[in-house]
Amino acid sequence: MECQECHERPATLHVKQVINDQETKVSICETCAKKKGYITYPEEGYSLHDLLTGLFNFDNFNMTNMSENQLNQVKELQCSKCGMTFSKFKQVGKFGCAHCYESFASKLEPIFRRVHSGNTKHFGKIPKRAGSGLQLKKQLKNYREELQQLIETEAFEEAAKVRDKIRALEKGDKEPEAGDES
Amino acid sequence: MSLEHFIKDALSPWMYEQGPDNDIVMSSRIRLARNFATVTYPILAEHEKLDDIRSFFKKEYEHQTFQSYKDLEFVSIKDLTPVEKSVLVEKHLVSPHLVKRDEHAAVMISQNEQVSVMINEEDHIRIQLYFPGLQLKKALEEAFHFDDWIEEKVNYAYDETKGYLTSCPTNVGTGMRASVMMHLPALSMTKQINRMIPAISQLGLVVRGIYGEGSEALGNIFQISNQITLGKSEKDIVADLESVVNQLIDHERVARGFIMKRSGIELEDRIFRSYGVLQYSRIIESKEAAKCISDVRLGIDLGIIENTSGNILNELMVLTQPGFLQQYANRTLNASERDVLRASLIRERLKLEN
Ligand SMILES: [Zn+2]
Ligand SMILES: [Zn+2]
Repeated sequence: MECQECHERPATLHVKQVINDQETKVSICETCAKKKGYITYPEEGYSLHDLLTGLFNFDNFNMTNMSENQLNQVKELQCSKCGMTFSKFKQVGKFGCAHCYESFASKLEPIFRRVHSGNTKHFGKIPKRAGSGLQLKKQLKNYREELQQLIETEAFEEAAKVRDKIRALEKGDKEPEAGDES
Repeated sequence: MSLEHFIKDALSPWMYEQGPDNDIVMSSRIRLARNFATVTYPILAEHEKLDDIRSFFKKEYEHQTFQSYKDLEFVSIKDLTPVEKSVLVEKHLVSPHLVKRDEHAAVMISQNEQVSVMINEEDHIRIQLYFPGLQLKKALEEAFHFDDWIEEKVNYAYDETKGYLTSCPTNVGTGMRASVMMHLPALSMTKQINRMIPAISQLGLVVRGIYGEGSEALGNIFQISNQITLGKSEKDIVADLESVVNQLIDHERVARGFIMKRSGIELEDRIFRSYGVLQYSRIIESKEAAKCISDVRLGIDLGIIENTSGNILNELMVLTQPGFLQQYANRTLNASERDVLRASLIRERLKLEN
């Protein structure tokens, strides 16, 4: 498809516009999109913007297949911390606060998958502060599973050792409660 | 104002240092997006909250030094003139978006201009580090250290499975954008770059021109960066980017050798014509200037032009931007006035070299 503005370059951006309640779709090239002011942040690159616009339109399309009830649920999805609604989020493409990730969790997986080539899980840096807690949590989980297995196989001596390890780990985090002898 | 040298000098101090593959890779950059866990993001936050964040950074970090990043200068965007704002954007010390966010936005810049921390941009915090040449791994290492230092006082928005929680879903996870600025004149001349860009895009990387509109890359300067921030560690992202950059470097070198061999005299002619235009023209538009600057830089790299510093590309590209010209003239200039001043500044600058 060629650009509707210059009729020279291929159209790479498809912009939805609402003027006087009339929705029109414009297909234009990047150069004309910039000239006409459709693109506002030159720093971030168009492809991401394009990707987001495309993906949100995709989501809109899906909404037409939903029942009235489901549709209302989608409409009312709102972050309790910052007030961002899911429809506003789709419009601006930005979260209002960290809690939005939880508030919209049920709707986000396909979005992340589209934007990040199918990925939905973080595999990088862990903040130092959260990091020590996370590692502790992981280790405790492992010990508890081990303990469960040992108890099931009636290896009580081994189980007692693992239980002590769990206690020692927990002690590092918080004081054990008085009279806790179980 | 103490930010005077950030505004006056076109070259940042770190650009004077040599980096690996400096003849093709102008700079490596790591940018990390971070947010306060419990504060609403800048697009929705109340004015007082954003002011609190700005005051927090001023109080805690102004004039602080972290390792070689000395004496952080704290600058509130609202205190800058329009020309000063453009200059900081042209030097890539702040994003165009930050200066549009006027009221509560701020930036902290280290004296060597290697680190800049944007405050209340799209995210509360955006840490940027620059290194000369191809040094992505080093840049990442340093960025992590700087990030840890900021984290000592800031409780970051972070989730076990989603990583760093950013305002835009395209940044969630690592919050990292790694990028390199490359000068690829031979790949552009032979049009090979047009075939490479789609292939690179397939690898989850983005190629675009830094200067100029749309897909054209003024001065044959391209930026290559990662698109994906979720599902891959920072180290892997950087390693993948670096391997593509290394391939581009190889291709560019081969193409340069090819042109030299096949049409050495034509290339020499083109380079010296451009050199002549820069040395003698009285009026020059930014597009023509960028083309000639790129040719001259190529001439320097190939040993065709001698006794001229390779930094000329970095310096003249910034020096001839509208904001910088107006800063130099100390008044607003219309387009034709800019073309005259641009020509004169380039002539002066080249005279210094000989
Ligand atoms: Zn067009
Ligand atoms: Zn929210």
